[in-house]
Amino acid sequence: MTVSESVRTASTTTASTISAGAGDPAEGSALRPHAEHAFADELTALAAADDRPRPARWRLSPWGVATYLLGGVLPDGTVITPKYVGPRRLVEVAVSTLATDRALLLLGVPGTAKTWVSEHLAAAVSGDSTLLVQGTAGTPEEAVRYGWDYARLLAHGPSRDALVPSPVMRAMADGMTARVEELTRIPADVQDALITILSEKTLPVPELGQEVQAVRGFNLIATANDRDRGVNELSSALRRRFNTVVLPLPATPEAEVDIVSRRVEQIGRSLDLPPTPDGMAEIRRVVTVFRELREGVTTDGRTKLKSPSGTLSTAEAISVVTGGLALASHFGDGVLRPGDVAAGVLGAVVRDPAADRVVWQEYLEAVVRERDGWKDFYRACREVSA
Amino acid sequence: MTARETTARARRVGAGTDRPAASGDPLLLGVRHHGPGSARAVLAALDHARPSAVLVEGPPEADTLLPLAADERMRPPVALLVHAVDDPGRAAFWPMAAFSPEWVAIRWALEHRVPVRFMDLPAAHGLAVPEQPEARPDDAPAVDPIGVLAAAAGYDDAERWWEDVVEHRTADGAPADPRAPFAALAEAMGALREVHGDGGRPRDAVREAAMRLRLRAARKEFGDGVAVVCGAWHVPALAARTTIAADKALLKGIPKVRTETTWVPWTHRRLARHSGYGAGIESPGWYGHLFDARDRPLERWMTKAAGLLREEDHFVSSADVIEAVRLAGTLAAMRGRPVAGLAEATDAVRAVMCEGSDVPLALVQDRLVVGETLGEVPDSAPAVPLQRDLTRQQRTLRLRPVAERRDLELDLRKETDAARSRLLHRLRLLGVGWGEPVEGRGSTGTFRESWRLHWRPELFVRVAEAGVWGTTVLTAASARAESEAVAATTLAGVTALAERCLPAGLPADALSVVMSALADRAALDADVGHLADALPALARSLRYGDVRGTDTAALAAVAVGLAERVCVGLPPACTGLDPDGAQEQRRRVDGVHSAIALLAGARAGGEADPTDRDAPAPADGATDAPADAPTDGLRGRWAGVLRKLASRDTVAGVVRGRATRLLLDDGHLPEEEAARLMGLALSPGAPPADAAAWIEGFVGGAAGGGMLLVHDERLLRLVDDWLTGIPPASFTAVLPLLRRTFSTYDPGVRRTLGELVRCGPQPGGAHRTADALTAGFGPGLDERRADAVVPVLRLLLGLGTEERTTTTGSTPEKERTASR
Repeated sequence: MTVSESVRTASTTTASTISAGAGDPAEGSALRPHAEHAFADELTALAAADDRPRPARWRLSPWGVATYLLGGVLPDGTVITPKYVGPRRLVEVAVSTLATDRALLLLGVPGTAKTWVSEHLAAAVSGDSTLLVQGTAGTPEEAVRYGWDYARLLAHGPSRDALVPSPVMRAMADGMTARVEELTRIPADVQDALITILSEKTLPVPELGQEVQAVRGFNLIATANDRDRGVNELSSALRRRFNTVVLPLPATPEAEVDIVSRRVEQIGRSLDLPPTPDGMAEIRRVVTVFRELREGVTTDGRTKLKSPSGTLSTAEAISVVTGGLALASHFGDGVLRPGDVAAGVLGAVVRDPAADRVVWQEYLEAVVRERDGWKDFYRACREVSA
Repeated sequence: MTARETTARARRVGAGTDRPAASGDPLLLGVRHHGPGSARAVLAALDHARPSAVLVEGPPEADTLLPLAADERMRPPVALLVHAVDDPGRAAFWPMAAFSPEWVAIRWALEHRVPVRFMDLPAAHGLAVPEQPEARPDDAPAVDPIGVLAAAAGYDDAERWWEDVVEHRTADGAPADPRAPFAALAEAMGALREVHGDGGRPRDAVREAAMRLRLRAARKEFGDGVAVVCGAWHVPALAARTTIAADKALLKGIPKVRTETTWVPWTHRRLARHSGYGAGIESPGWYGHLFDARDRPLERWMTKAAGLLREEDHFVSSADVIEAVRLAGTLAAMRGRPVAGLAEATDAVRAVMCEGSDVPLALVQDRLVVGETLGEVPDSAPAVPLQRDLTRQQRTLRLRPVAERRDLELDLRKETDAARSRLLHRLRLLGVGWGEPVEGRGSTGTFRESWRLHWRPELFVRVAEAGVWGTTVLTAASARAESEAVAATTLAGVTALAERCLPAGLPADALSVVMSALADRAALDADVGHLADALPALARSLRYGDVRGTDTAALAAVAVGLAERVCVGLPPACTGLDPDGAQEQRRRVDGVHSAIALLAGARAGGEADPTDRDAPAPADGATDAPADAPTDGLRGRWAGVLRKLASRDTVAGVVRGRATRLLLDDGHLPEEEAARLMGLALSPGAPPADAAAWIEGFVGGAAGGGMLLVHDERLLRLVDDWLTGIPPASFTAVLPLLRRTFSTYDPGVRRTLGELVRCGPQPGGAHRTADALTAGFGPGLDERRADAVVPVLRLLLGLGTEERTTTTGSTPEKERTASR
């Protein structure tokens, strides 16, 4: 599920912008339906079976929300599919946070299902995952607070009718769950517009001399990437308004290999790359290299390693394998070989030419060289790093 | 035991719940060892019942030590230590924390002047059983009773079930009848034991028979109002009606050893499960907190955590504390627990105070959940077994601790001397500075060691302090070394430790901890300088290992790994250096060079050495081909590095020169090539300071440098030409450098060089053949001076006659001279 996160993010954003005014798209016609539509049956069944106390305006109890995310079987036999595969503890903390009046910040490197979790949380808690602000470097304050319909403003002067509420403002008014994607990409001054909302639970509209007070049930889920360079760090004032849950990278190599291979297959299809046989061995190898360097220890736990400066996320492993596939099918014999991925791996690992190169060389000499069956890979890497 | 018996017992226990007063029956308080809730409940029950005597599960040998528990200098956590007199290594510990029900019961009895006794099977028997000599007669049977009960209640985690049902409930506030929880628990245990019998631990039957006998004796002595504090598992067995004869029969003929008992200080860390002699609790700090906190334990815990984080410069506001408490409460409700436990508290601290990060959380885990608390034992407690073990070894090795200084020469080839050396090294590891190694007189062979011994009274204190590490010198030194290795922060620290561990002859498992710590530090140390500094010490240690016959395979593997890392990291680290840094780096290149020679030598020496297989992998020949190194394993790799250093312009001059010289000395570089490199380095385009540095690196320092110039006139000429070509302005700048280089030569070498230079360029130009040079300093032979040598030569060789000698030299001229 983590694999298609980025694509989903994009489509969700588009869909929400369009559907915000126009209502929900007709069932089945959307390229990708929202979580609350795609899993409407499960949500209904859960709501029916859930007899625990629900916080104000919640569709389900905290227990129900956690079950919706982690999966399970209801007493009536309905099977709830797991939406998030990972530590139960994290989901419980996330849901409990939403039940208090602190906002929830989901942190993690790319490809850890932050957006996916946030969408499903919003769908399960409020039944609506579309109250979304997509954070970019160009996100204006209007996207967080409110804007104006200038035609009305000029014609009738400032009034409630001329005000264009942001998704956050609508969530406050209706007691819903708002979502902010990529919070750390938003410029710092715009980020800080959230402080009043989160601490005072109110949004003043000085132009009208009014304010919008948050209705019980309002809360906010933000996602942020904690490894990227060049982001706008959260101010400590804002950070204090959030409880933080760090979503981890896949816990086991098998899970990660599975994610990478599925995603590579999808991308390969969309790029019209011919299917390559026996790519699994190389995928496994790339995942192993990435995991070992990322975690700073070899898979057998015997040797510690230095970690390079790059993130080496699952998403990067996917792009390395995809690039290797393109090389293999266009310039090679169609079989993914060590030589096809070596350059990509080198590029992903060596971000800082001085320090990372030493890290990479040490890894090559200390680990790769002596590993059984990795001779070809070692040679290919020596060739590209020379 | 039959089914009828167990049923009857269960009924009896069940019936006991109805009876309000202890009419004749002893008060059986089944607890979980180290459970704070159990401790509170025990206290309440004792206050309520006012027993005439208290029996506590523990070794009866320690009865005489019980009054010490009331000593004001006694501070838990402490442990009762019982060890065999003959072999202090065979020991068992009964750790007790302030929140242990046993400790609470003992203190209650002492404060109320009520007799208190231990009631377990004597440890003398437990220690006599050869298998498992160190395992305490522990309270976790093969069938985990609490696990079974928890599973029956639908919990997957036994600890959590116990906390929810027993600890937290009793922590909430005293229930109406303080004995009710014990009765309920006894009933549950009775039902369990009906199913599981002795739970797969036949020894329990013996222990319980011993307990029953002690209980009977106590009832005879003190009347019926006796209270018993023991593991909940044993309660049904103690309530069972058996005959004295049957119990005595069970105890008949089991072996026993002579034991001694004492109190030793303990730490919270050692109570935790993951360290040796663990008491089976993960979170002593949390339990201690639960026991100490008067009320609102969660709020107090969060405040403590916030205080700790603030001390470590993590900003935590009061609002965060409030939110953490709320989140923990919500989590507990969501998980269906009555009160927030440690799991909820930890999750809340992570999400609210630590911003989701595990790094500050680890601090909370380490300092609060486990805790740093260190116990204290009054001086009046009997001596620690470590002192006895030391005394015993001193006797065996005939090393009397005497107050005056005394020098000791050891020959490590002798068994006794080697054992003495090991003992002294181990004591040094323990911080007991009885012997200090000193420079040896006379022979400097590696099999000799010189010590200065000086026993001071305070060393007794040191030994007592070191007693916390173990019961024998060996185990204590191992434990200390392991803990130091884990705690060491710098690579140099671990290396030094490894160097101290090897002569101490520590067992393989202790060494492997040190070695893996060393490997880890080496892998993570980004400064190649540290690695290079660590390598020579390792190579030295390897040599020591050879002398002492210790197994150094692990060390060799680590050293080779380190050398490989140095090979990778050194070239980039030698560029862009200031003069001081360059000197430093040259020193390291020298150190690594000799270390690698030692390593390669050691590996070539031992065929069976596993590292031989490891380092030059089978693929070496093929895979190294693209690299510029010859495929000769580590040595070849190092030569490749030196070559890279020698030929790279950006490398500091002194390092470049040194690398060239080392290559030349090892025969990896033909002389023509060396001359070419020198020519390059000394070419007019090169900055004079850099060239002078190169010369220093090439011929400076080591004693052979001057002779090289003496013998290879081509090199001397290059230096000479360069020197005379330096513009006057730069000459003063390079003069100090040159002076530093040449002033270290022997006077003889200096004079010869001076004479050579005075002779000036010889006819035939700069490119004379080596043949002409070896004969002497001039082109021809000075017959007169050659003749003068002959009588001395004769004398030296013991030649009385005019016989032709072939030993005088290879030059035909000399042979001619001799025969004339």
